[in-house]
Amino acid sequence: MSYAYYPGCSLTESAVEFDVSARAVMAHLGLELAEIPDWTCCGASAAEPVSKLLNYALPARNLAIAEKEMGGADVVAPCSACYLNLLKVNREVTHDRHLLARVNEVLLASGLTYSGSVKVRHILDVFLNDVGAKIIAQRVNRPLGGLRVAPYYGCQILRPYPVFDDPKRPTSMNRIIEGLGAEVYPWEHGDKCCGASLMMGHPEVALQSVTDILKAARQADVIVTVCPLCQMNLEAYQAEARKLGARPVPILYLTQLMGLAFGLDDEALLLEKNLTVSARARRRLAEGRPSGPDPGMEGEKTEETRKETPSKEERHV
Amino acid sequence: MSEAVRPTWSPKEDEYGPVLARLKEEVAACMQCGTCTASCPNGFAMDITPRTMWRMIQFGMVDAIFDSHTYWMCSSCYTCTLRCPRGLKLTSAMASLKRLAMLTREGRREGAFYRAFMDNVESHGRVQEMGMMSGYFLKRMDNPALPLRYLPLGLRLLGKGKVHLPGGGQGRILGPMFAKAREMEAMP
Ligand code: SF4
Ligand code: SF4
Repeated sequence: MSYAYYPGCSLTESAVEFDVSARAVMAHLGLELAEIPDWTCCGASAAEPVSKLLNYALPARNLAIAEKEMGGADVVAPCSACYLNLLKVNREVTHDRHLLARVNEVLLASGLTYSGSVKVRHILDVFLNDVGAKIIAQRVNRPLGGLRVAPYYGCQILRPYPVFDDPKRPTSMNRIIEGLGAEVYPWEHGDKCCGASLMMGHPEVALQSVTDILKAARQADVIVTVCPLCQMNLEAYQAEARKLGARPVPILYLTQLMGLAFGLDDEALLLEKNLTVSARARRRLAEGRPSGPDPGMEGEKTEETRKETPSKEERHV
Repeated sequence: MSEAVRPTWSPKEDEYGPVLARLKEEVAACMQCGTCTASCPNGFAMDITPRTMWRMIQFGMVDAIFDSHTYWMCSSCYTCTLRCPRGLKLTSAMASLKRLAMLTREGRREGAFYRAFMDNVESHGRVQEMGMMSGYFLKRMDNPALPLRYLPLGLRLLGKGKVHLPGGGQGRILGPMFAKAREMEAMP
């Protein structure tokens, strides 16, 4: 299978480890990625308050290039915000003739037009539905030894368009995590908002969301994310959240966790780029052992606390 | 980029009309059930509930809308949009409210991050995080302490080699599209 890859701006800078690990994991699974030539920013959630038209035209430009030059390959985006913006073009524009004409008028300034023929996929969707949890489990070389992993979906991969998961009770990462030899940490915060760009204008409000999420992950060894903005908010403000009662926890991209279990080397995982994964935690993760960042907490993870967590059956309802 | 050369998004009385008219359409079918308010993770920080905000739009209470900061607390989580029994695109309506408010001075200050982001996209095609943040600070000269708040994080990212020094990107590849959109949206 071959895909038109849309990394998005964050993956070229602050989320470079997501880009590198996503490419490495895709390659390990035998999937080909070709980057959309000359791709540009999707506008994130900043375009809509400034210009409704650019909010559609910016992502549409990338779909138009993929449509014209990449032979109908599905566009795959690892970033949830990019994914939603690209998906919105297909859901909100291409069936509205008047709006499509306006968006194409803007695209024409760049010598492009878009007809709506390209499919937009999140990388998690590709892992689940094109590869499958079974094959992913078969490609594991170093099972994760019961690491307790809290799957964090965030917002825009689930809402407003449920494509491959139940937005009220997302479970799509569970099968992958279990296939890697890890345990799914049972929690209710996987679909809660991290505050997103509110962290720029009103950090005290966003910090509340981050703190709630980190508190709920108290007994998890790691949280995994599928979005660079979620990753940034959950990682970068842990010191502040700690003052509000949260416990620090390492945050990894799902693709880094997969790469660990596949036994990919350090250059494919770039764990040293994460803001919450210490050298010690890296060693323990590489050994497939739970990583409790704070030595005091580790002693508490006795058999009892493990037994408190619901059984697998309960978790999958 | 200075504010003076960006005439298009600048405040004009007669611009309120079209944006407000569009907002009225966006929330016309609201039946005041309150599901949106109950769903909002940032409701605790809002001065007016989302449900009440839709009613204020329906009544065209522009001054009360400008006085509120509710829409600036929206983090685009899409929970209200997913749950609204009328299928209204409420996150999009919150964005329209931000756009409406950005026609005022106070709104331009509140919307500084979005504007800095879009300026950066226009200039470089792909967001250059360091340049974008400096652009944001420049638009928020009212708060000289702001850069200090983000400095430690900026240094950590720089230390990890996670931000580029100025000068990357695709150049003004999106310039023509921005110009076209500006021209089209300036028309009622
Ligand atoms: S959920 Fe929809 S119908 Fe109910 S109050 Fe909110 S906008 Fe109105
Ligand atoms: S999209 Fe905005 S208004 Fe709607 S629930 Fe989320 S934060 Fe609240």
